[in-house]
Amino acid sequence: MAALDFLKTAELLKQGAEARVYRAEFLGKPTIVKERFPKRYRHPTLDEKLTHRRTTQEVRSILRCRRAGIRAPVVYFVDYTSHCIFLEEIVGSSTVRDHIASSQQSDSGTEQNLQQLAERVGQILAKMHDEDVIHGDLTTSNMLLRRSQKDGESELVLIDFGLSYISALPEDKGVDLYVLEKAFLSTHPNTEELFEKLLKSYAASSKKSSAVIKKLDEVRLRGRKRSMVG
Amino acid sequence: MSRSSAAMTVVIGFEGSANKIGIGIIRDGEVLSNPRRTYITPPGQGFMPSDTARHHRAVILTVLKEALEQAGLKPADIDCVAYTKGPGMGAPLVTVALVARTVAQLWGKPLLGVNHCIGHIEMGRLITKANNPTVLYVSGGNTQVIAYSERRYRIFGETIDIAVGNCLDRFARVIKISNDPSPGYNIEQMAKKGSQYVELPYTVKGMDVSFSGILSYIEEAANKMLSSGQCTAEDLCFSLQETVFSMLVEITERAMAHCGSQEVLIVGGVGCNLRLQEMMGVMCQERGAKLFATDERFCIDNGAMIAQAGWEMFRSGQVTELEDSWITQRYRTDEVEVTWRD
Repeated sequence: MAALDFLKTAELLKQGAEARVYRAEFLGKPTIVKERFPKRYRHPTLDEKLTHRRTTQEVRSILRCRRAGIRAPVVYFVDYTSHCIFLEEIVGSSTVRDHIASSQQSDSGTEQNLQQLAERVGQILAKMHDEDVIHGDLTTSNMLLRRSQKDGESELVLIDFGLSYISALPEDKGVDLYVLEKAFLSTHPNTEELFEKLLKSYAASSKKSSAVIKKLDEVRLRGRKRSMVG
Repeated sequence: MSRSSAAMTVVIGFEGSANKIGIGIIRDGEVLSNPRRTYITPPGQGFMPSDTARHHRAVILTVLKEALEQAGLKPADIDCVAYTKGPGMGAPLVTVALVARTVAQLWGKPLLGVNHCIGHIEMGRLITKANNPTVLYVSGGNTQVIAYSERRYRIFGETIDIAVGNCLDRFARVIKISNDPSPGYNIEQMAKKGSQYVELPYTVKGMDVSFSGILSYIEEAANKMLSSGQCTAEDLCFSLQETVFSMLVEITERAMAHCGSQEVLIVGGVGCNLRLQEMMGVMCQERGAKLFATDERFCIDNGAMIAQAGWEMFRSGQVTELEDSWITQRYRTDEVEVTWRD
């Protein structure tokens, strides 16, 4: 299998929950290869169906985002047999998660920086949802910041569209934001205000935001008012 | 109240938030007694709050006597009376809290209202000695992925609708599986004899899961599939387990990847399931992580787990005043300040 042979020469960066991520050079470009390897704990039929579905969904969502001008990695190549996606490497970037964590530890004038970052995240998510792309796994580890050489402005890039799908439903967008809120607040304690800023920015930037925010409020309550009698 | 660190602390715990009524006694990490009774309904029926409360009322004093006798203790030997404050079903919670309040006053001992989920976690930590694991808490009433951080048990992922155990229990009712000793146990035994994998809806949303979709699908399709001979009941049990357990392993793995954790602890009644433990074990092995689980004495709701959480809380200086000793059906795991850990 050509793709897997290729990976033998690549550098393994990490083993995430979904896939192994490698760094390599493909067609002369710095490339990230995402290999969805078989999960031995799953029934083989379920595993194959799920892996295939997630590979195709990921690629489709990235393309849809890029077509709308949302910054996501370029897809160079997909091997559907080994479930490998060859993506543009966002060189010189760090995750928003690491950025927030290190900003919180040092406290030199970071308040404004974090607020600006939150606003930008809200904007990019609004754009994505207006394209009816549901990311499905929004966390601060799935957003990258790359310092642009030219003017010092950093670029915000969305990655990891493995659980994504297309939907116009406010419910799905609300749940998407709910997933981010939970991940955000549990990873970065005491950032409730920062997240509020993110949501305000989202609401201001999205054309369809009020229904989504309403659904977000409903989903939040569901977590608290779940009946266990059934 | 000051305690000499050399003195031993004995806590009695009362648990009855669902259909199990258990009373346990712990002395400095040693389980002295842990008797329990389960309210079992006929096949096809779930347990209702008032009937469950009635069951608990009928047996609780017998179980209390057993707990003291098996531990070889008298009321005077107890230092603190812990009980489940919530979450859970209202009527059963009240029934048990009432007895706890009464004995606390009769014996002149301080009361402690304990969060049921934290009871499971602290018992799991005690028995397995897991250091700082990612916790998968799965039962009939709860499905959460929890990690400890800065004095809170934070919920990283959870069900956005029903608990996995609730999904399994309600499926059991559809095909009239016996509730004795528990519907989940019987599904597990039947699943071992299943071989055909039937495709069912699989719903993971980030770190969260959803079971109402798969439940409504299988409630609707089960009887049709069985009568058409497309598959056996064993096949359905097998397929349901494979699907819902895969979802649970997936969100646990995500949380581990996010937190950089190398330990998993499974607690709650569904944690007894050996197939779930096996699947989680395979995932852990592939990541080089370690799996911790307990057996049915401590996975399933029991009094000792409440005593253990109570012991931790009491030793860190907490006490519940009588006027604050109410119960609540909703009680989030992350509402409690974990004063006994750094």
